[in-house]
Parts: sequence; structure tokens; C-alpha cells
Amino acid sequence: MTETTVGIGGAAEGTDMVLNIGPQHPSTHGVLRLRLVLDGERIREAEPVIGYMHRGAEKLFEARDYRQIIMLANRHDWLSAFSNELGVVLAVERMLGMEVPERAVWTRTLLAELNRVLNHLMFLGSYPLELGGITPVFHAFREREELQNVMEEISGGRMHYMFNRVGGLKEDLPAGWLGRARQAVADVRSRMDVYDRLVLGNEIFRGRTRGVGVLTPAAVHAYGVSGPIARACGVDFDLRRDEPYLAYGELGDVLKVVTRTDGDCLARFECLLEQTHNSLALADACLDRLTQLPPGPINQRLPKVLKAPEGTTYAWTENPLGINGYYLVSKGDKTPYRLKLRSASYNNIQALTELLPGTLVADMVAILGSLFFVVGDIDK
Amino acid sequence: MDVNQDHASASATPDPTPAAGATPVYLPEPKRLGTLARLAPEPMKVVLNWGRRYSLWVFNFGLACCAIEFIAASMARHDFIRLGVIPFAPGPRQADLMIVSGTVTDKMAPAVKRLYEQMPEPKYVISFGACSNCGGPYWDSYAVTKGVDQIIPVDVYVPGCPPRPEALLQGILKLQEKIARESLGERYGNAAGATDAAAVDAGARPSAAALGSGLVAAPPTPGEEQR
Repeated sequence: MTETTVGIGGAAEGTDMVLNIGPQHPSTHGVLRLRLVLDGERIREAEPVIGYMHRGAEKLFEARDYRQIIMLANRHDWLSAFSNELGVVLAVERMLGMEVPERAVWTRTLLAELNRVLNHLMFLGSYPLELGGITPVFHAFREREELQNVMEEISGGRMHYMFNRVGGLKEDLPAGWLGRARQAVADVRSRMDVYDRLVLGNEIFRGRTRGVGVLTPAAVHAYGVSGPIARACGVDFDLRRDEPYLAYGELGDVLKVVTRTDGDCLARFECLLEQTHNSLALADACLDRLTQLPPGPINQRLPKVLKAPEGTTYAWTENPLGINGYYLVSKGDKTPYRLKLRSASYNNIQALTELLPGTLVADMVAILGSLFFVVGDIDK
Repeated sequence: MDVNQDHASASATPDPTPAAGATPVYLPEPKRLGTLARLAPEPMKVVLNWGRRYSLWVFNFGLACCAIEFIAASMARHDFIRLGVIPFAPGPRQADLMIVSGTVTDKMAPAVKRLYEQMPEPKYVISFGACSNCGGPYWDSYAVTKGVDQIIPVDVYVPGCPPRPEALLQGILKLQEKIARESLGERYGNAAGATDAAAVDAGARPSAAALGSGLVAAPPTPGEEQR
């Protein structure tokens, strides 16, 4: 990887330097590898080299039955485990034509939003860290622990909840949990001004992110970028509003699709931050609704051997990082014939080839961090 | 003090090594030296091991989900810095402890080995999470190395998927107990006393040429040898 191309005439043309970043590099938070061709301090070409985290999940789906798939599905994007489980069970339920109890629908919506807050908090903390500000990540993890406590109480897991089942959820919520969840949401909201003022109000932070790494809507469409990154470029697309699943159809007055038009790192961060605020509001709305719902079942009795009928379906959800899709092909067996996974980060990261050339090496970390990716979601 | 003594006496006794192959009944020389080293400079051992176990500069090999729990363990609530684990090592060359947290894939395995070899002695490894212990939920995957101990020696295994931060704290305590028990004779006696090639392979550090060489090939996936 250390090839050097010498130009004709040392003075007229400089020497290109090929710089290898990663696979183990702190700024890539994970094992992404970048191959940069530099011209002095400027990046001329950038090529993400992926596959260091490839675990073959799609092939393993074919060797697991529909109950076991959920367990692998929530691990590819480890920061949004609940939302990943959701895509699988939605696909299987659609294949089976299964109706999910209302309580389960609302609880799923609530947990999906709490998971979104958890995911965004991680990036709200880690992005300033990459830019040199250590403090916010400590705040972020404090809030994360609050929410993780609540999630752990119902599911037993801090990160991988395994709470979704085909046809509903694993079990009903414990007594008094709604109050504790409401308290956790209120606590987190009360301290969100750390990011509003301490981070966004910091002039160094603004100086390092404003106007850096501008992504155009054309590139968004070309590369299939989705999620908060796409919305920061003015691409107003959110599956929760545009193709409502779960209970999002009834939450239209609370749900706010956050968009920006600048498309730079600051806009991406602002999108993420405002989306976190909105997710907290959505969680509150779900909690309100859950207290009004009459008692009832939260899952369905499943047959001993769960088989999806022959056919295909495509279920997609608005994951915290973007659009997550599962293309399920079944031949009527216990296991899927093929379960293709469309993960958000994989497409988002491809935009780096367009985003990085022309920028300075010092800005690379800012741009890379602002793409909010999870390496497991890239490599699957 | 102890180290010097150990090296001196070990280098002075290369003669019984050819005989060691023929008569394996007798205790080999480094072993006897190790006992001596354990007995004589006890205070040195205590001081060295005490210093080592409470200043573990950690190099986080964060690979997957477990890396998030590793970060959670370093944050305010769990805070492993109070145990003397310092997560500010700029790279492997400045680290004493490597925590492999997450799935090691066959593509990543050469880099894991390379970075382990770059760490200076004494070095320790904690395998954090089911994936790096044994492959975990990816036990039948075609792309995953079934346990990081196939590539590098592991001192402490922390089970869980992902393990809680408390589990990491327990793993660190276990490692510190292990360091406290460590005998300097065993650590340095073997490497210094070994002169024949087989013994060098077993205990010695990789040579400078090995460190500067290209990346080693990944270990073969079980079941792929036929192809």
C-alpha cells in the first residue's frame, strides 16, 4: 500500500503520497480503512476499503430459523439493535399476514424511538471527541446509561435487546415501568442543553464544521445516502412520515422531519441533534398513548415450527442512521432462502469518494465523523 | 536487580541444553533458575508486579459492539481508570494491555497479530466478549476467526455478548491478580536461557526481521483446507 508515483519534473508536479488510514485508527471508530492519495495537504482521491468487519450475517441468516435471525440481525448495527430487529419481524409478519396487537405496536414505536435517542447520543458525544473536545462524550454516556437502565429493565440487555418477536414483543412491560421510562426521558431532555449550548455554541466546533464536507443532493441521490445525512442536504425523505410503519401514521403531529439545506458537517450534526429532541417528544407521545390503551395481549401464540409462506417481501424502516431494508425470499422452509440486508451506513460511506477529494487532511476526521456510520452496518 | 541476576546466570549455563533433549527426566536449567529467582528477590518481584498491575496503559482494539461497552466502562459511571487502567495509549507501542473487544474477522486477523507484536514486553491481552473468545454468535460464519486466541495469547477471557462493563472490571481485577502472582523467573528465565531453536520458538519474542516483514496470512478457516 505504499506505492509512490513520481511525476514528470519534480518542480512542475509534486509527488503523490498514498496515505493509508486504518483499519485500526481512532478516528474511524471501528475498522474502516481509507486509502487517500494526497497532494500536499489536500486529498486528491479517497477510497474506502471495507470488509474488515464482514461477518457473513446474510449467509448465516439462511442457517437460522425465523426466531434466531432476530438475534443476528440486531448485531450488525450495534447502536440501533431494536430498530434492526424490527425490520426482520416486520418482514416475516408481512409474509405471514400477521396482525400485531395494538399494545405491541405502540410499545415497539416507543422502544424504537428510545433506541434512536441512544444511538444519536453516542454520535452527539463521539463527534465532538473526534474534533478534540473530550467533555461531551462523558455527558452522552451518562444519558445513555439512564436510558439503558430503562431498556435493560424490560429486555435484560444493555445493547442487544432481543425484545422483538414475530407477532409482537417478548413479554409485557413490568408494572410501573411507564413511569420510570417517563422519568428517564424527562431527565435526558433536561440535560440536552449540553449539546445545544456547550457543543453547538462552541466557536471552535463551529469553525471546524461549518462549510466543511458539503454533500450535494445530487450525490445523495446518486449514492443512495439516507437518514440524517441526506436530510442535512435538503433531501426531505423520512420513511416514518412518507411510508408510515408501526404507529408513526398516528403520530404525524408530533413527528417532525428535521432538514437542513447546507449539507456540511455542522448541518449534519444539527440534524442529528434536533432529531434527538424530536425522538424524545415522540417517546413521550407513545408513553401517553400507552397509558390510555386498554390491557390486552402484547404478542401472539406462534406455532412450534414457524414457516413463512413461499414468496418475497421487502420491509424497510427508518433506522437511526438511515434506511434499513430486508428483502426476504422464502421457499416455505423454517429458514429464509435469502435475506438481503440493505444497511444505511454502507451507502452513506460510499459518498466519501465524492466528499473527501479536495478537502484538507485535517478536515478528514471532521467529515468522517459527521457521516455517523457504524462499521458493522457497512460490512454486515 | 533480579533481572540482571537472572540473565547472568542463565547465559552462563548453555551446556546442559544439548543434554536436555536426550535426558528429559532431569529438570531443565531455566526451571531451576526460575525457582531461585522466585526465592531470592521477593521484594523486587513485589515492587515490579505492583507497578505493572496498577499502570496498565490499555490499547483498545475496538472491533464491534463490545467496543461500545468498553467505552461505557471507561466513562464516569464505571470508570476503570480508578483501577489503574489508562485508556490514553497513543498506539500499541506505548501500551501494556490490549483489550480485543469484538469480532475478529479473517481479514482483520493479520492486523491484530501485527499490532500485538508491536507492543513492548511485558504485555497482556484481555479477550472481551463472546466473539473474540470463540466466535460467539458467528461460530459458523465463513469470515470470522473463531477466537482471537488462535492468533495471539490471551490472559483473561471475559464472557458475554456483549459483556457488561462490570464484567470488564472483573476481568481487569483478575488480570491484576495474575500479574501479582507472576514470577520474574518464568517471564525472563525461559527467554534468556533458551538457546536452541525449538525453545526460542516457544518463548522468545519475534525478531526485528519478523516485525518488519509483510503481514502474515490469516489462519485457515476450518473446513477450507480441502479447497
